[in-house]
Amino acid sequence: MLEREGALAFWLLVPTLALLTLFIAYPFVRGVWLSLTNSVVGVPGDFVGLKNFVKLWNDSIFRTAALNTFVYTGVTTVFKLALGLWLALLLNRHFRGKAWVRAFILLPFIIPTVLSTLAWKWMFDPTFSVFNWLFWKLSIINSRVNWLGDPDLAMASIMAVNVWRGVPFYAISLLAGLQTINQDLHEAAAIDGARPWQRFRHVTWPLLLPVTMVVVLFSVIQTFADFQLVYVLTGGGPANATHLFATYAYQIGIGTGLLSEGAAISLAMFPALLLVVVFQLWYIRKVENR
Amino acid sequence: MIEGAKWKKWLWFYLPMGMFILGLLFPFYWMLVTTLKPDGELYRPWNHPLYSPFWTSAPTLDHVKSLLMETLFNTWMWNTMVIALAATFISLFCGVIAGYALARLRFRWAGLLGTAIFVTYLVPQTLLFIPLADIIRDYRIGDTPWALILTYPTFLIPFCTWLMMGYFKTIPKELEECARIDGATRWQAMVYIILPIAMPGILSAGIFAFTLSWNEFIYALVFLSSPEQKTVPVGVTSELIRGDVFYWGSLMAGALLGSIPVAFIYSFFVEHYVAGMTGSVKG
Repeated sequence: MLEREGALAFWLLVPTLALLTLFIAYPFVRGVWLSLTNSVVGVPGDFVGLKNFVKLWNDSIFRTAALNTFVYTGVTTVFKLALGLWLALLLNRHFRGKAWVRAFILLPFIIPTVLSTLAWKWMFDPTFSVFNWLFWKLSIINSRVNWLGDPDLAMASIMAVNVWRGVPFYAISLLAGLQTINQDLHEAAAIDGARPWQRFRHVTWPLLLPVTMVVVLFSVIQTFADFQLVYVLTGGGPANATHLFATYAYQIGIGTGLLSEGAAISLAMFPALLLVVVFQLWYIRKVENR
Repeated sequence: MIEGAKWKKWLWFYLPMGMFILGLLFPFYWMLVTTLKPDGELYRPWNHPLYSPFWTSAPTLDHVKSLLMETLFNTWMWNTMVIALAATFISLFCGVIAGYALARLRFRWAGLLGTAIFVTYLVPQTLLFIPLADIIRDYRIGDTPWALILTYPTFLIPFCTWLMMGYFKTIPKELEECARIDGATRWQAMVYIILPIAMPGILSAGIFAFTLSWNEFIYALVFLSSPEQKTVPVGVTSELIRGDVFYWGSLMAGALLGSIPVAFIYSFFVEHYVAGMTGSVKG
């Protein structure tokens, strides 16, 4: 019996394993190999050891990109979690039109990112920006702000768009977590005299933590490896100041055709990603075994 | 519970909720207004006395017309639809049977394989796109829809498998055993008993997979090069921006129309979509 189940399982898993081996495992091995050669488009190249990585280490644009990626991931995650949790708590109340609000709120997450980011690029346009108009009317500024033209401001603008896109995902996922919390616990705590903040701190938060952790780790991976927002909003500019790992890898690997260096930049993401994944697996196991 | 004063509810509930809704939805309104504005109004600087950001006095469909008549937008829509449907179908097929095997069958390495598939779910596209571009070229499927139809399942299958595993686990084993006692083979029990019950899960996985395929960008950007092969996200960004010239009216029309299929499906299946999304993170 066990033998026959094993055989059936094998056949059921073959298509999945074949595709994942062909287009994930093999590319990964090939990417590692590529990063150790001096290959360019159309030329296989020779083995050069860690030369590409040494070169990256001394490359100031790569260092900026690395720093940007960590700052970008850290800052946006804090904002997405805080705002997402706030929105989830608001949505967890009873009010008229709740289903509609919830459906509309997810739009930033489901609309193709590149397309909505184009709308943001248009809103950030130095000459026609609606934000300039708004802040000017509110007497906050009196000359134009070049949202994507200044390195720091550009990075902040990109982060704002990332937060905008991510908040609905956090909110709806956390709302799903909130809805599994038994209301009796809240009432019991309220009867015992717990204030709203105490109820959140000692009832809601501990019960919500497992869902929160998974959502955060998942989103950290996506944000860390982000490409589209920077590609559309700044293309890595001004003067290569807003690159992330992924956009710099694209610029070098595809734009310039230095495949091996591009592959090396992409792979530089790997250690950090691995760390997050291992932590996530460990955490899920811990929660499941509790 | 005692309700607080009315102004408190306004301050702590309606005000923040209103701000969230406004902030989250404004860019879509902006797309719509931009699409409908004539060029003369569109290109007025922000400090021009007649700058009217939120309204247009002379709405026009010129941008939509030029998008549909003068660009390959329809071709891009068609390409994206074919690729998204094909990738979704492949992923559902693989994910359903793999999920069944991992949730229901006892065999060696089951736990290990489940974890391995979960880990591939966390591999971002940007980690592998350069060696993949090389491989796509080797297989001679570059610049064809196959480059995407075969690679999109790599990020769709793991999530479909994971979601389906969760669904299969909630279906009582006894149902299947009853069918087996009545003489059904395991395969028949799976197709006639389990799959119909798992339909909501399959629908959730399918809808989520379709929207992910429709949104995918970097593979489509790297693996496709001719304008008539492109998908909507890549076509709109690369063909409507020529050098430094942005055709904002048509760009926003493209962004709006390019979002409609996803928004349309989403509007019909909100509950399934949310179930798919939250199921995918809860694992």
